[in-house]
Amino acid sequence: MSQAKLEFLERSREFWNPKKTQDWQDMGVDLVIDRREGYYLFDMDGRRLIDVHLNGGTYNLGHRHPELVEVLKAGAERFDMGNHHFPALARTALAEALAACAPTPDMKYTAFGSGGGEAIDIAIKTARHASQKRKIVSIVKAYHGHTGLAVKTGDERFSKIFLSEDREGEFVQVPFNDLTAMEEALKDREAAAVIIETIPATYGFPMPNEGYLPSVKSLCEKYGALFIADEVQTGLMRTGEMWGITKYSVEPDILVTGKGISGGMYPIACVQISEKCGGWLQQDGFAHMSTMGGAELGCVVAMKVLEIVQRPEVRAMVRFNSDFLRSGLDRIKSAYSDFFAGIRQHGVIMGLEFDHPEGAKPVMKHLYANGVWAIFSTLDPRVLQFKPGLLLSQADAEDLVRRVEIAVGLARDEVKGSRKWAA
Amino acid sequence: MKAEIRNLVDISRSAAALRGRADVMLENAKWASHVFERFDRNATMRVVDSVAAAAHEGASRFAELAVEESGFGVVAHKRIKNELTAMPLVGYYREDDYVNPRIDEKKKIVEIPRPAGVIFALTPSTNPISTLNYKILLAMMTRNAIVISPHPAVKNCCVAAAAALSSAASEAGAPASCIQVLEDPSIPLVNEFMQSPKTSVILATGGSAMVRAAYASSNPAIGVGPGNAPVFVDSSADLGKASDRIVESKSFDNSVLCTNESVLITLPEVDPRLRRALQSKGAHFCEEDETERLRRFLFHAGGFNVEAIGRDAGWIANQAGISVRRATRILVAPISKIGVEEELSKEKLCPVLAYHVAKNRPQAISQARAVLRLAGAGHTAAVHASDEQAAFDFACSVESYRVVVNAPCSQGAAGFGTHLAPSFTVGTGYFGRSSIGENIGPQHLVHWTKLAYSSENSEAFGNYDGVSARFEGPLPQAPEDGVPGKSRYRAPPVGNVAAGGIDREELRRIIAEELRAVLKG
Repeated sequence: MSQAKLEFLERSREFWNPKKTQDWQDMGVDLVIDRREGYYLFDMDGRRLIDVHLNGGTYNLGHRHPELVEVLKAGAERFDMGNHHFPALARTALAEALAACAPTPDMKYTAFGSGGGEAIDIAIKTARHASQKRKIVSIVKAYHGHTGLAVKTGDERFSKIFLSEDREGEFVQVPFNDLTAMEEALKDREAAAVIIETIPATYGFPMPNEGYLPSVKSLCEKYGALFIADEVQTGLMRTGEMWGITKYSVEPDILVTGKGISGGMYPIACVQISEKCGGWLQQDGFAHMSTMGGAELGCVVAMKVLEIVQRPEVRAMVRFNSDFLRSGLDRIKSAYSDFFAGIRQHGVIMGLEFDHPEGAKPVMKHLYANGVWAIFSTLDPRVLQFKPGLLLSQADAEDLVRRVEIAVGLARDEVKGSRKWAA
Repeated sequence: MKAEIRNLVDISRSAAALRGRADVMLENAKWASHVFERFDRNATMRVVDSVAAAAHEGASRFAELAVEESGFGVVAHKRIKNELTAMPLVGYYREDDYVNPRIDEKKKIVEIPRPAGVIFALTPSTNPISTLNYKILLAMMTRNAIVISPHPAVKNCCVAAAAALSSAASEAGAPASCIQVLEDPSIPLVNEFMQSPKTSVILATGGSAMVRAAYASSNPAIGVGPGNAPVFVDSSADLGKASDRIVESKSFDNSVLCTNESVLITLPEVDPRLRRALQSKGAHFCEEDETERLRRFLFHAGGFNVEAIGRDAGWIANQAGISVRRATRILVAPISKIGVEEELSKEKLCPVLAYHVAKNRPQAISQARAVLRLAGAGHTAAVHASDEQAAFDFACSVESYRVVVNAPCSQGAAGFGTHLAPSFTVGTGYFGRSSIGENIGPQHLVHWTKLAYSSENSEAFGNYDGVSARFEGPLPQAPEDGVPGKSRYRAPPVGNVAAGGIDREELRRIIAEELRAVLKG
């Protein structure tokens, strides 16, 4: 490591986040991202990494996608964040563009946040207003963000430390893929909504059983609850369709999109709301406010993101990538079958499962040493989140498979060999 | 109220947007070519035959659309060209294998075909569909992906034709995106495609500016220059047949093939008889003032009048103010000079033939060289003669890589009615500032990896008979976990297209008949 990096890490410990800075060093990942371009990250010491973390799809289209950089620059010639009190040209244009590609035709309104957590809060508040009920059902090990309401829907790992866990019994969690538990939670008819990631990301992308999501939707209808689809990580073509939820034939009442919609260039998150759930927008439009939510520059970028991801060529790229990477990963899996236990996949959403309670951590470390950046699943460290970009080139995809093969082999030796992986 | 896409910040003309468009299409093509390389010969030929059948089926419809959109040419002739660039083109190359390895025991060399990858192909307004068919089929035969960039004046018919061929390819199991078409070609956008590192080779047929831009792109390019064919009618020629062939060729599709005869050169002793023979086949010989009117109509300050491209003789005569008989098929303009001072000695993509009488054979050759020096170097020339020495002397001398003998030149140089390779991209070689001097074929879209053994006798050559080329075929479709019916692998679609139910032999027979009708011997 260069002297400059050592000094920088010291400053990071001192002024930013001591524990987080140190944790990465302890995990063998001394990454300080400097330059970034396409699907490449360059460490401040110059080492190149292929990014398959993409911050949950934030960099779906790659880092600093030239068209997004261009539209942001051009947009800045005319817009700034805007005034959130007033009808705004860019905000309404994005709302319209979202309505035009919404999973259901009646999903006509969009409310804006500056990030995913805020958008989840808006979704929950909207559902509560529409149903006049308070209870929110979510999934055990779910992750919807860190804001006031969102954090309560998720794992206590992120709420308890801040004394922010639910104490009123308003937030109920049930295991994923368990319809009995879901019905149990809903049948008192007290629930305002079920909020669910189409494929739970931070939990390592366990895949919904066939029929699970449609059954949850039917249960919602049966017991008077709304269905909030958290499409932050599954939307925007990652499944090969605009919204992952439509692949499972579910029509959500409210849909949240974040991360990728920003293009990684300007923070923004959106809540698409069906007409029947949008009562508060009729009753008191000032009820929720956000100075930066739906900043107009973000809207300009988001519109370009929507345009790009809907190009027919992008759909074809996702297909090529998901088929090609799968066949490569299958080959690696059969070579290291005592360690590489499973592949969860829908499009370019992938979870690689390893036969060790924290198996994804050594894989992450060896990938990092071999020029690939992918992150373990915080809430299930057996699983590596493997999230290649929508536009990954054939050459990079092939190189990625080559590097993964080497890294998995090394991790397997570390875990299954004499040395034990220390968590 | 219906939601609309209202673009507030338009960057569509920025370099970033143009590059972005080129990039995503070319990368798709790259993926397609990567998958295509896994196909074996049978799977490849299934795709080729399916595409050829679709091209044949669409020949008539797209001929109509092309004439309607461009205003050029003759529907019936375009239909024939479209058909010729479908099944007969494939027939010509059917025995050539660009998929399996070749083994040369004697030289102790094994050769493995390696497709170019991504072909960026420009197609002209004059022969839009036939060039498109031809380039797409060449790409399919060699397992390459292709992106077609049509001339803007004919983009609608080209987009429709490419879509039909692409869906035929998909039906036969070809990788998605192996045939793509640029729906909104513009010069800046085309330049992005040509300059992209993702383009493996540019196949440029079109105007000189475009061809030069292809060569200047820094990518490998096969570009061909313009034609301007001199045709020499020697004293040893059968004048009846010669004039028949020349009129036939010049009027074929109103001379939009760049291989058409541009300047006829003959000798004093032949002149009167040749005039009469040509006139009897439907040629109108212009008087001096008519030639002047024709010159003024066809050539403007900016060059050839594009309005006249592919128009019939009657239309042109009318526009130029020349009265001709109804049955006139071509206009012949006698000229006394050849060179920069005589516009009519330049390329004319319309049924107007310049006519020059040289003093003797050596001067005829020297004048033919002058025609090609003016334009059309390396492209095409023709000779009508029964004296082999005369034909040979002519061919040795003119700077052209193909000299059609005693046959219609439009068709003959393009490989129809001669045994040249059927082609809509005629290599103009070093004379014409091009990388290739023959008719472009599939062999130019593949390079070969050579396994070379020691030439020492003591070192034995390997036995490659049992060695497998490992054609893995299409990629299996990855599962979509949790989606009903898609949670496990699906076999890739495998096409089994028997030329859309058309009997191939029957088809060959029909086409051969059509060819004969056109070429009349």
